[in-house]
Amino acid sequence: MYEFRYHRPGTLEDAEKAFSKGDDPLFLAGGQTTLPVMKQRLASPSDLIDLVRIPELRGISLKQDTLTIGAMTCHEDVARSADVKSALPALAGLAGDIGDPAVRSRGTLGGSIANNDPAADYPAALVALGASVHTPSRVIAAQDFFTGMFETALEEGEMIVKVTFPVPEYAAYAKFPNPASRYATVGVFVARTQDGIRVAVTGAGPCVFRAGEFEKALEGDFSANALDGVSISPDGLNSDLHASAAYRANLIGVMARRAVAKLS
Amino acid sequence: MVALVTPTPRPHEGAPQSAMPAISLSVNGKPVAGEYEARTLLCDLLRGPLALTGTHVGCDTSQCGACVVLIDGDPVKSCAMLAAQAEGCEITTIEGLAGDGKLHPMQEAFRDQHALQCGFCTPGMILTSVALARNNPALGEEDVAKGLEGNLCRCTGYRNIIRAVMAGAKEMAEQGDV
Repeated sequence: MYEFRYHRPGTLEDAEKAFSKGDDPLFLAGGQTTLPVMKQRLASPSDLIDLVRIPELRGISLKQDTLTIGAMTCHEDVARSADVKSALPALAGLAGDIGDPAVRSRGTLGGSIANNDPAADYPAALVALGASVHTPSRVIAAQDFFTGMFETALEEGEMIVKVTFPVPEYAAYAKFPNPASRYATVGVFVARTQDGIRVAVTGAGPCVFRAGEFEKALEGDFSANALDGVSISPDGLNSDLHASAAYRANLIGVMARRAVAKLS
Repeated sequence: MVALVTPTPRPHEGAPQSAMPAISLSVNGKPVAGEYEARTLLCDLLRGPLALTGTHVGCDTSQCGACVVLIDGDPVKSCAMLAAQAEGCEITTIEGLAGDGKLHPMQEAFRDQHALQCGFCTPGMILTSVALARNNPALGEEDVAKGLEGNLCRCTGYRNIIRAVMAGAKEMAEQGDV
């Protein structure tokens, strides 16, 4: 790892200031992706701005029908939170199945979605639940936030402060984990929200996407059988040494059925 | 999954670096303070300047879990954390588990159940298991298997490890270590 300047600001303003002064700065959340990538010299920022001491980025709260999770909340805290377990047990379960215990102690919600790994779990939850990503200056709908492989709508130097999740009527997540990394080979998050049934798929394509045909089928009949005969084309899906595009396309149907079965 | 991109050349050659961050933390109950390069990993601080070589670096790519230490009670891969990120934290390494010349119940259980052969993965296994037992009062074998997903052993086949964690957790509960 190349040397860099380390900053630990205590406020959002100081974090923004440190970012604006760096030649090639990077925000540091839990570091579970950033540090391994820096060790491989695939990234070599001039400045690392550790967001750990900024109080606005922390905490979980549940008010009426909205669950709010600070960007620097680690996966283990989401998995164990009484508020998350009561309002959105599918999200607590998703967080508790990310990586392994040591990764969950450090990895954060904000870090995960800012990285937008195509095989990360959280993007599926945000898109299916119609969550909102809050930055210091604006609110971005999850649907508009994840723009492509490792790409988001965040501007240069724009931090994530928190994510708000409208509490759905019900929701479930099923994933086929890569047996080594536990990243999603395919993960499907199904939710009945105020806007109807939403089905979001991660791991299968370059970026999280909604499965419109599945949503239509489940809107008529919310049962695993309703998905019989509905399939997703493998065109454009990921194909690598772990799974071909055709296999992933099939897994989307299997994981969607499993998620629905958890609810019926 | 890591983005497959061409490694970028070091972009800041000759750029002035700020003073090395001052770091103060507690390791096995003892205060530690010093100035270290910002890029110092926690495992390197422990194994180098602090000479606590019980923390093993197996893969150095955050996959094997041999380097797990407890930070404020939570298991963390010390090869995937900067020393500077541990500022103000309480670190427990394998050297900090035994007290008064007596092994910790989890260490004792690993010995009793023959849960190690070469022993390289054992510090990370034991620390992960201690945190697992403290967080799950009613631990079952499936919880242990899931809890150790991030710790690889290339010798034992895991059966004895699971047996040891079950026994160690039971002993910890009896001793009130929860």
